[in-house]
Amino acid sequence: MPGVISRLYRGDIDIDFVGKRRLWYGLSAFLMAVSILGVLIHGLTLGVEFQGGSVLDFARTPGSSVEQVRETVRDIVGHDPIVQEAGRNWRVTTQSLDGDEVSKVQTAVAERFGVRQEQVSSQVIGATWGGEVAHKAWIGLAVFMLAIMLYLSVAFEWRMALAAIVALVHDLVITAGVYAWTGFEVTPATMLGFLTILGYSLYDAVVVFDMIKEVTGNLGASAKMTYTQAANDALSHTLIRSLNTSLTAILPVAAILFVGTTLLGAGTLKDLSLALFVGMVVGTYSSLCVATPILVTLKEREPKWRALAKRVAAKQASAAKAAAAAVRDDGAAPAAVAGSRNVTITDAKRRKR
Amino acid sequence: MAPPKSSQSRPGRTLLTLLALILAMGATVALQKAFVPKFGLDLAGGTTVTLTPVTLDGKAPSQESLDRAVNIIRARVNGTGISDAEVAKANENIVIQIPGVGQSEALKLVSTTAELRMRQVLAMAPAKMEPQQLPTEAPAPDPGMSPSTMPSAARKPSGAPSGGPGATASTTPAGRALASALTAPTPSPAARTGHRAGARSGAKGGAKRGAGSDSGSEGGPAADAGGGATPSAPPSPESADDPLAGQDTSGIDPALLTEFRKIDCTAKNRGQGAQDDPDKQIVACSDDGTARYILDKAAVQGTEISGATAGTDPTTGEWIVQVSFKSKGASQFADITRRITSLPAPRNQLANVLDGVVVVAPTIEEAIPGGSARISGSFNQVTATELADQLKYGALPLKFKQGSVESVSSTLGQDQLRGGLISGALGLLVVVIYLLLYYRGLGVIGVASLGCATIVTYLTVAVISYNAGFRLSLPHIVGLVVSIGITADSFIVYFERVRDEIKEGHRTLRSAVEVAWRRARRTILVADAVMFIAAVVLYFLAVGGVAGFAFAMGLTTLIDIVVVFLFTKPLMTIAARLRFFAKGHKLSGLDAERMGRTSPAEQTLQEA
Repeated sequence: MPGVISRLYRGDIDIDFVGKRRLWYGLSAFLMAVSILGVLIHGLTLGVEFQGGSVLDFARTPGSSVEQVRETVRDIVGHDPIVQEAGRNWRVTTQSLDGDEVSKVQTAVAERFGVRQEQVSSQVIGATWGGEVAHKAWIGLAVFMLAIMLYLSVAFEWRMALAAIVALVHDLVITAGVYAWTGFEVTPATMLGFLTILGYSLYDAVVVFDMIKEVTGNLGASAKMTYTQAANDALSHTLIRSLNTSLTAILPVAAILFVGTTLLGAGTLKDLSLALFVGMVVGTYSSLCVATPILVTLKEREPKWRALAKRVAAKQASAAKAAAAAVRDDGAAPAAVAGSRNVTITDAKRRKR
Repeated sequence: MAPPKSSQSRPGRTLLTLLALILAMGATVALQKAFVPKFGLDLAGGTTVTLTPVTLDGKAPSQESLDRAVNIIRARVNGTGISDAEVAKANENIVIQIPGVGQSEALKLVSTTAELRMRQVLAMAPAKMEPQQLPTEAPAPDPGMSPSTMPSAARKPSGAPSGGPGATASTTPAGRALASALTAPTPSPAARTGHRAGARSGAKGGAKRGAGSDSGSEGGPAADAGGGATPSAPPSPESADDPLAGQDTSGIDPALLTEFRKIDCTAKNRGQGAQDDPDKQIVACSDDGTARYILDKAAVQGTEISGATAGTDPTTGEWIVQVSFKSKGASQFADITRRITSLPAPRNQLANVLDGVVVVAPTIEEAIPGGSARISGSFNQVTATELADQLKYGALPLKFKQGSVESVSSTLGQDQLRGGLISGALGLLVVVIYLLLYYRGLGVIGVASLGCATIVTYLTVAVISYNAGFRLSLPHIVGLVVSIGITADSFIVYFERVRDEIKEGHRTLRSAVEVAWRRARRTILVADAVMFIAAVVLYFLAVGGVAGFAFAMGLTTLIDIVVVFLFTKPLMTIAARLRFFAKGHKLSGLDAERMGRTSPAEQTLQEA
């Protein structure tokens, strides 16, 4: 393994991302199907924000148990609340309470568990609140995609924009799938996380596309390599960069997730960072294995690049013939072919892979 | 591009520019002693209410109506005596933030859309009866402002009414009633024109009579109101002190009389937001705190108003408010106007009660049977529109529902703050470790850049917190921590570019740094632009804490650009001159072994 690591470290790595695009498409299609299935079967576990309800938080005093807390609250609200440990606190979720009921519950738990009443936090969410958040999130999503399409079309070209957006949708679907299958709660903070993923998912793609644009800019004059091969080289080239940027982006999120889970228990920090974490991992995969292959698929339909691909194929075929002839002629290994031909053979080999 | 000579002489200057920027911000922070930014309620403890407007057609409410709603809610919150409350517009929502918890009662009042009710005035008096020196108590005729005893402001109005008929001493407290009566004009049938002047003077007279005497039952006009009889001597005697002296109190609940005597309409909290029972008589203050009333049971409910528009009188050009009623309301309105128009003042006034206070109490000059009334008087466009809206929608120009109410105790807030800070420190630490392990010498530059970004971010937050009322909340902190990644990404893009250039082999470090910068710059700008677009979209389309998060993201993206341009790049240029980096020391992150051989793929690229 040290070999791989040091190669990674040097940035000297050569993985055929684009050539294996059928594999990636298959994998992504499978993951997306599983995700959609998960959402359809399990549905998303919506947080209290989406159904309306009340949440109370107060310090966990020694000797208090879940059962005690549940009992105390049930006596007042008349139904079984959900009681969770959240860091140093109890978190009690009930159906939506009005102001009077909230203060009654606050008084009761304050008396029973010896906390001060003003130290009992409460949150009351109207039943339509979450819907509104979601509604806004959808609008935000649509506007964002449009803005990004426009921007990338101007900064790069529409094919790149389209590829980036497809990768983005891919990320969102899979992240939703992860939430559906694991049963993680979806809260407004989660939606926020989803929306943020968009930015990150694109960040990587933008870095890769920028490289592809540069590499393919002076392609075509010679018939050395196809667009596909050039894109793959660009991708290999930026692989280290992509991995590094993804890792440095994920590290702080992981830190928040860690703190949010261990120190605070449930809450904004955890919800947000979890969505970001899942989304970023998926986003890293998709910017390498989805965005670029799709771009290549789109590009190879362009007459210019198709023509190039033909020329390259023809050249390679003749080169291969020549090489075969050389082998036949004097029995020597192809290694004997020198100079730039060497490169061509490398490419042909890679293409077969 | 720029010749290498000049670009290499620049880094020092660029760094100095940044240093000056940091020092300037640091000095601002130090001078203002604003070292710790203000915290939002989720960190400091407090209650946050988000109100969502509900419109009939589902369209977004106009900004003006939102602004007006914000002002009314702010007035209500202040009226309940809560200090330090903040009421602000957040996109389409209104967010109320109140420090401290246990304010749920107050909050209930805040967002309710009070319904308008029309009630006959049974008795009326100036706001306050306490003995007063004329000049000090004389009101400044600014309606709606909290009444204050500002002698300087008071002198003017005390002089002005003296010219009026019968306005001498008694006008002082009644002056407010008069002022309100002036803005409280008379309704009249829509068909009628040209009685405007009459209506105004009628209103004036009516109000005065209302405040002063009641059909001459007892006491002269000046005898009752505000102890006007003896203006020079502070009048404290019971008779002069009784606001009801000289008024017909028949048919009024005795308990209300007591309440009426006690009520202080100049107080900050004069019952705004109180929900009045339509089937009971009530005591209420005028909107601007200048008069108090005993009012009969509701005669017409605001729900019976079908429309109200502000407009100008076609003949006179004067601003008026046109009110129309639904069928039931029209007959109710016809009944009440017919009944009271012939009564002596103040019983011929019909008070419009909204939000617990009397917004307008016009004298009814005649029976109005047509289901449509016209209110005229000294309106301008603003006041006419406001009254029309009040009649139409109730107090708030919009209906609101409480989207969420969140109250955070101070300990939970501290926990969250601690959690946020710890995760920030932890996130920064792991990124620093990673940068150092992976990039070694270059990593030091990256870490220095991160440190620089941290300082700039801290200073920016401190400065805008103190000067622009920015409050740091948990979503902000999360946004800032997440953004560590973005900032580090920019360095990585640049560093990798530098390494690429060196790997290509034909460049010295100095030139590699410059060439790499030109290429990396574009990538960084494009990628940051994407992040910034995300932040802007989130900021403007988000609900609740999302906006805070987006703000933090947008801010750090900008800071990232500043730091990369003004710090990382010049630092790289300087570092490239050092032997340590230029010779590819083992720990520099640029050593030969590290760079490896150039791979065939790269050869191809170069050849291409």
